[in-house]
Amino acid sequence: MADGQVAELLLRRLEASDGGLDSAELAAELGMEHQAVVGAVKSLQALGEVIEAELRSTKHWELTAEGEEIAREGSHEARVFRSIPPEGLAQSELMRLPSGKVGFSKAMSNKWIRVDKSAADGPRVFRVVDSMEDEVQRRLQLVRGGQAEKLGEKERSELRKRKLLAEVTLKTYWVSKGSAFSTSISKQETELSPEMISSGHLHPLLKVRSQFRQIFLEMGFTEMPTDNFIESSFWNFDALFQPQQHPARDQHDTFFLRDPAEALQLPMDYVQRVKRTHSQGGYGSQGYKYNWKLDEARKNLLRTHTTSASARALYRLAQKKPFTPVKYFSIDRVFRNETLDATHLAEFHQIEGVVADHGLTLGHLMGVLREFFTKLGITQLRFKPAYNPYTEPSMEVFSYHQGLKKWVEVGNSGVFRPEMLLPMGLPENVSVIAWGLSLERPTMIKYGINNIRELVGHKVNLQMVYDSPLCRLDAEPRPPPTQEAA
Amino acid sequence: MPTVSVKRDLLFQALGRTYTDEEFDELCFEFGLELDEITSEKEIISKEQGNVKAAGASDVVLYKIDVPANRYDLLCLEGLVRGLQVFKERIKAPVYKRVMPDGKIQKLIITEETAKIRPFAVAAVLRNIKFTKDRYDSFIELQEKLHQNICRKRALVAIGTHDLDTLSGPFTYTAKRPSDIKFKPLNKTKEYTACELMNIYKTDNHLKHYLHIIENKPLYPVIYDSNGVVLSMPPIINGDHSRITVNTRNIFIECTGTDFTKAKIVLDIIVTMFSEYCENQFTVEAAEVVFPNGKSHTFPELAYRKEMVRADLINKKVGISLWFVHSFFRETPENLAKLLTRMYLKSEVIGDGNQIEIEIPPTRADIIHACDIVEDAAIAYGYNNIQMTLPKTYTIANQFPLNKLTELLRHDMAAAGFTEALTFALCSQEDIADKLGVDISATKAVHISNPKTAEFQVARTTLLPGLLKTIAANRKMPLPLKLFEISDIVIKDSNTDVGAKNYRHLCAVYYNKNPGFEIIHGLLDRIMQLLDVPPGEDKGGYVIKASEGPAFFPGRCAEIFARGQSVGKLGVLHPDVITKFELTMPCSSLEINVGPFL
Repeated sequence: MADGQVAELLLRRLEASDGGLDSAELAAELGMEHQAVVGAVKSLQALGEVIEAELRSTKHWELTAEGEEIAREGSHEARVFRSIPPEGLAQSELMRLPSGKVGFSKAMSNKWIRVDKSAADGPRVFRVVDSMEDEVQRRLQLVRGGQAEKLGEKERSELRKRKLLAEVTLKTYWVSKGSAFSTSISKQETELSPEMISSGHLHPLLKVRSQFRQIFLEMGFTEMPTDNFIESSFWNFDALFQPQQHPARDQHDTFFLRDPAEALQLPMDYVQRVKRTHSQGGYGSQGYKYNWKLDEARKNLLRTHTTSASARALYRLAQKKPFTPVKYFSIDRVFRNETLDATHLAEFHQIEGVVADHGLTLGHLMGVLREFFTKLGITQLRFKPAYNPYTEPSMEVFSYHQGLKKWVEVGNSGVFRPEMLLPMGLPENVSVIAWGLSLERPTMIKYGINNIRELVGHKVNLQMVYDSPLCRLDAEPRPPPTQEAA
Repeated sequence: MPTVSVKRDLLFQALGRTYTDEEFDELCFEFGLELDEITSEKEIISKEQGNVKAAGASDVVLYKIDVPANRYDLLCLEGLVRGLQVFKERIKAPVYKRVMPDGKIQKLIITEETAKIRPFAVAAVLRNIKFTKDRYDSFIELQEKLHQNICRKRALVAIGTHDLDTLSGPFTYTAKRPSDIKFKPLNKTKEYTACELMNIYKTDNHLKHYLHIIENKPLYPVIYDSNGVVLSMPPIINGDHSRITVNTRNIFIECTGTDFTKAKIVLDIIVTMFSEYCENQFTVEAAEVVFPNGKSHTFPELAYRKEMVRADLINKKVGISLWFVHSFFRETPENLAKLLTRMYLKSEVIGDGNQIEIEIPPTRADIIHACDIVEDAAIAYGYNNIQMTLPKTYTIANQFPLNKLTELLRHDMAAAGFTEALTFALCSQEDIADKLGVDISATKAVHISNPKTAEFQVARTTLLPGLLKTIAANRKMPLPLKLFEISDIVIKDSNTDVGAKNYRHLCAVYYNKNPGFEIIHGLLDRIMQLLDVPPGEDKGGYVIKASEGPAFFPGRCAEIFARGQSVGKLGVLHPDVITKFELTMPCSSLEINVGPFL
């Protein structure tokens, strides 16, 4: 019978039992080796709280092989006594009997027999008594019958000295139901398994996203809705005064949609103002002077930046009279039909901040950027003139990278062009400053990741996710351990 | 951003002084340029083709400079030098003049056949120019840079430059059937018809990119001189007959295109840049273009435009100072005019002393609004000299409710033992359809028209494929894998303005030796507990009802109803799904729409 089967039998007996059972008794009942039952008990104990097993050791007396023989056939002295006929037996003949030597001296001391040394043909042995009681056999039979306790200590020790009795210790288990008692048992892992460590983990990029949200909220910025990956060319480009021939609107840079290919509704009044600004100018602008096409504006695409959502938010703001100043932010996915490499994917997250108020200046933009980047732990900033289609003035933000020992670009910013804001209906003296950066880049720097695929998408190594520390953007990175410390 | 590559020594010679690399880098930064790379022809070739090929190449030091995409006037050495010299006040901005020729004006006549393919053309003449090898190379390179940028790879504008002395006007710009056009093109030894050329150029690494512009059109554009010599077949190739060389003295320039404004800008840029080498510096000989309607125009326009901007507006927009607070810090109108003049925008104070009159030269087509002038004033002032201040804008922050709920949920999902995944919103049709046992038409997915690979065919309609792919990439990790993602999926929806809508989904999967349906079910109970949705159908509670779905094992799928509507499904995944995602163990999943719980 296999271990498992014995264990199952044991559990079933235990379930039916009242309080518990003894392993030895169970073995006897099942007619199997006690050792097999003990094995089952041990394997069940390993499962934890299924059973309780209390070790009990009991001592008892057992007959030795010689003791068994005596219990069966009588003691040596008795056998000697019985072998002597009334006319006696020559001592030499008696000594040749199997029990002769041992039995002779005992029978002598018991005064059951005598020796006549004067007999004609050598010493001769005669019975002294007619009958005798074989006390040794009786005592051994008592022990065999499990009644060793009826013998006195002295008697037992005498028998033990004659190597007829031995004291044996029996270890048994008293088995009772454990707190997790169940008759069905499952095998447990022997190693530390993930099941035992059941904590979950947050994705490092999204941990960084949380921190950026937190920073914006601390600065009083309201989150814009960005839950529309699909956008019309109108909101993604035209509303931002990005001309229809702009390279970004090329098939090579932008994912256009086959289905639904075109936006069903556009705010036509506003569209007309945008069209006029592009094709003829207005609001103090020369315009781009080209043939603006509605079909082009209707083309649906996967938004290439979250600025399309900012444009929608600013348009909604412009419809509310009177104008109230706002601070907006968003962090969400954008899509580019670009060539992919170690730092570029077809989709990434864009972080964007926007402030709209009367009389905002470049100095204000730089002041807000300084506060924002200080919260990221970046304090050394400088600004480079740049070109963006929908901001003017525009400035790229550089920070001094201690590791690389050079200035690296950390963001892009600017003041939205009047050609974008005025057609929306915003008051003329309202300026809108804005800046943007990618979420992936600071995260890669923060977590020391060189290939963006190791951070985003299904090919990430989950171990990296499990092991990534908290995101504390403004905390000084821990210095590498020195030789002495190690 | 276009990159212009110039020889360092030639640049320094033209600037009249030398710089260390660091000094020049600093100058670029200040001016809004970027010294991208310091290299040499030898280094470039050796990097691209190996040391052997680079053996004979020049090791003259090259500066690669990034130029803002709207500054067409900085796309060549001549323009860069002029811009920087004016910026550093070492020279005054030259004045470009259009002059009439002594003799007959060159004429380009446009016929009406061009209307359907490439309706616009402009032209000009550079007279008595003196090239050197470097100047000639720069001239060719500028055309290439213009073609790649403002000309939109020749689609909007194409440039042809010709040795005028080999031609005789008037010129005709017309459109003909390809089989009727026959000429010897640049760098070929014999004549070909246009049809033949289009075939030959299919294998030409440079020209093959432009063929699509006229391919399949019934008529091709072509320019002839009065003797029937082909000047060019725009936007593909020029004729060999009129090719220019280092020794060419008189150049006829034509620009044809579909965007008239850009054609005029391109012509202005070429002639302003290279008239520097004409005998009469910075003068350009006019050419007359006769349009199909009979009207004739003279080019290049070389238009100077006057703009008026108030000094206080510039101060206010830049924030050079909050002038009403401490007015002594603000730049005076005179200083602002000086700053603008340094940016190639000749300016002077007029009227009440607060008005600045700015002259926009033909080289600065990027200046289309006062805000462009403000920017240039700020650049000349120095961005890094501007006083940083904080806006006094007082606002109360609000989170976008859907994102707020998402943030709360994802932390508790992790606390429930699930690990957050971040997968792509774009995927293949196979991922959301075939692999899940669904027909693509049933998914209501949005389809991308120009995916470069199958990975970007559709926007996902479910988060499940991304999570299963994450597991497939992490099969070596110890079991079980418990993942979740809370992110957007996209479904076609004709009720929205664009015809599609995002839904915020929560998806979780359990992957182990056993399917763990009870674990996913337990997770659902936990999520509902977190969302304060009681079990049961009453009071907007939640129930699950036996259901089926092709992705699920029969009899092991349930639909989740909450707040009186179906919000998602959970169940044990069908073995076919598991196999198709290259997994080997049972898996159960749960996906719900978070929106109804807001």
